[in-house]
Amino acid sequence: MISRRDFLQVGMAASALVGASGFGNWARLAAQQSLTQDDLLGFDTSGNVTLIHITDIHAQLKPVWFREPQFNIGVGNAAGKPPHLTGADFRKLYNIESGSAMDYALTYDDFSALAQTYGRVGGADRIATVVKAIRADRPDALLLDGGDTWQGSLTALRSNGQDMVNVMNALGVDAMTSHWEFTLGIDRVTEIVENELNFPFLGANIFDAEWDEPAYEPYQMFERGGVQVAVIGQAFPYMPIANPGWMFPDLSFGVRQERMAEVVQEVRDAGAEAVVLLSHNGFDVDRKLAANVPGIDVILTGHTHDALPEPLLVGKTHLIASGSHGKFVSRLDLDVRDGEVKGVNHKLIPIFSDVIAPDAEMAALVDAERAPYKAELEEVIGQTNSLLFRRGNFNGTWDDLICDALLEEREADIALSPGFRWGASLIPGSDITREDIFNATAMSYPNAYRTEMTGEFLHIVLEDVADNLFNPDPYYQQGGDMVRVGGMGYRIDISKPQGERITEMTLLKTGERIDPSKTYVVAGWASVNEGTEGPPIWDVVESHVRRIGTVEIEPNTSVKVVGA
Amino acid sequence: MTFTRRDTLVMGLGATVAAMLPLRATASTEDAIAAFTGGASVGTGGITLTAPEIAENGNTVPISVSAPGATAIMVLAAGNPNPDVGTFNFGPLAGSHEASTRIRLAGTQDVIAVAKLADGSFVQTSAEIKVTIGGCGG
Repeated sequence: MISRRDFLQVGMAASALVGASGFGNWARLAAQQSLTQDDLLGFDTSGNVTLIHITDIHAQLKPVWFREPQFNIGVGNAAGKPPHLTGADFRKLYNIESGSAMDYALTYDDFSALAQTYGRVGGADRIATVVKAIRADRPDALLLDGGDTWQGSLTALRSNGQDMVNVMNALGVDAMTSHWEFTLGIDRVTEIVENELNFPFLGANIFDAEWDEPAYEPYQMFERGGVQVAVIGQAFPYMPIANPGWMFPDLSFGVRQERMAEVVQEVRDAGAEAVVLLSHNGFDVDRKLAANVPGIDVILTGHTHDALPEPLLVGKTHLIASGSHGKFVSRLDLDVRDGEVKGVNHKLIPIFSDVIAPDAEMAALVDAERAPYKAELEEVIGQTNSLLFRRGNFNGTWDDLICDALLEEREADIALSPGFRWGASLIPGSDITREDIFNATAMSYPNAYRTEMTGEFLHIVLEDVADNLFNPDPYYQQGGDMVRVGGMGYRIDISKPQGERITEMTLLKTGERIDPSKTYVVAGWASVNEGTEGPPIWDVVESHVRRIGTVEIEPNTSVKVVGA
Repeated sequence: MTFTRRDTLVMGLGATVAAMLPLRATASTEDAIAAFTGGASVGTGGITLTAPEIAENGNTVPISVSAPGATAIMVLAAGNPNPDVGTFNFGPLAGSHEASTRIRLAGTQDVIAVAKLADGSFVQTSAEIKVTIGGCGG
């Protein structure tokens, strides 16, 4: 009998064509089961400055599964452009073979089958191996972390980010910027930044809300390869809106385009020959910023969790997208001469955990950080027969499970789960451990509320979130996905303005249209309001999974999408 | 009926977002501009309005306006029940022609600034400021 995996292998062997781009070769090697660490790390060292970019690790210290989105719709000027291509369109643009290692790393199709072949991705010990290899090649390579580092796991939650701080210090990070970091609360952030980090915490757009003065260092100058390199930090612009502002009440953020132009001028005046923006804006915001603010050579993008195998050029600015959850590391070699960047050499390195050897020192540190929580992490709560994933514009099976848990455990008509982009995947046939549940839920405002909302209010909520995702101007987008809904279906026309996108809201248990004036019982989690009451969401999910034993998620057809 | 803390919070939220959809400029905005300009035509350029794209708190939104050479700058919140925010006057000895303030916005709307220049001409600019429920950033 020929298994699904064998079938894919045969398909690969029969296909003789290999793409012209660098990673085309990996496809062939992987199909022959001979992909090696040298293949992944091989790089023709060039120029005089090397940047290493990691971002949005979301506290994942161990290798995980992570499925890329099926739906990642671009609007306005971003429509149909990277990173808003998925599946076959993505493979076609970047010349990636179906079933290849890079197909597994960068697209969603056949994820469960390919996961069996290519294994888990990421892991701080594998990343350490890659960083050390690059630094063996170029000892003064700059390692830059785009943020969303201290949140997303049980261990980061329990240790208030300490495990991640220790690991990033050991990894030798040179500078970082931020987003979810602030959900640890301003006191803890201050403690870490002032006393514990071995490197600067940059944010040119973070201001004191009362005095409207810069609150953090905007940039750091580095001398590398005999030239001055400025690294400017840009934190997530919508921090007090998308996350609880009461956790950092004295700070103001925003895109602050004029401020960025001033800082770029300031570093140029101070002698910077290469200007690098370490950004947590999100890809489309950075694309607009690059078009409007001249003088930035490289933007290391983050927040929206996109991974692109090639730089995207806007004017003279190279946009780099390095994925999330430790799945990728980007390497850039810059040729900086006569006060400007003459050339850029780039590679998106997928961290295949079965191919890249773990670094022993980092592996020991990670195990030490996890040791106090080992029994708690490893407890098996249930099993899944379905692929559990979150990433995608409208719904993911993890959120379907969370919404089911909210509907049943909290006896609600309708469930809401936020459109976060973080959360590792689980492949069919997996145990669901407590660690897995926390990987999809761990954060500092987890209370699962139960309340009443009118149909009219529910409509306003959906319209508001939809505009945060589909406003044609990226400066009005917050970079999350659509709020996930359980117990209710709706139709969304992406091309319409706010207030007109959402129609046909339907209560699934009765099949009736939502009545604007009627009141419904709604359960949800991650409210940004201070004082929200209810059990933490991980307890709700755990008790649901224990009760059902084995998770089976039916395909979710409750959201009709048009106008894309 | 008794209100729990949770009910109160949710009701507060409901009251805030009832007017969350974009607010259109009202006739009183046009009237205010006409009164300021005396009906003269209004150009563009030479005036800068700095405002956040999305308000962090709709009750206190920081904005600043600047128009080199202006004798007065009027600011209007076109979607507020009363659009009038204020008019800044600059005397002949003014070192700079800019002003900063914080304004309250009833919902997503355009904020408009109109400057009267020394030669008696007028220029105008505007910025859309979004007021949102938020809470779902990735």
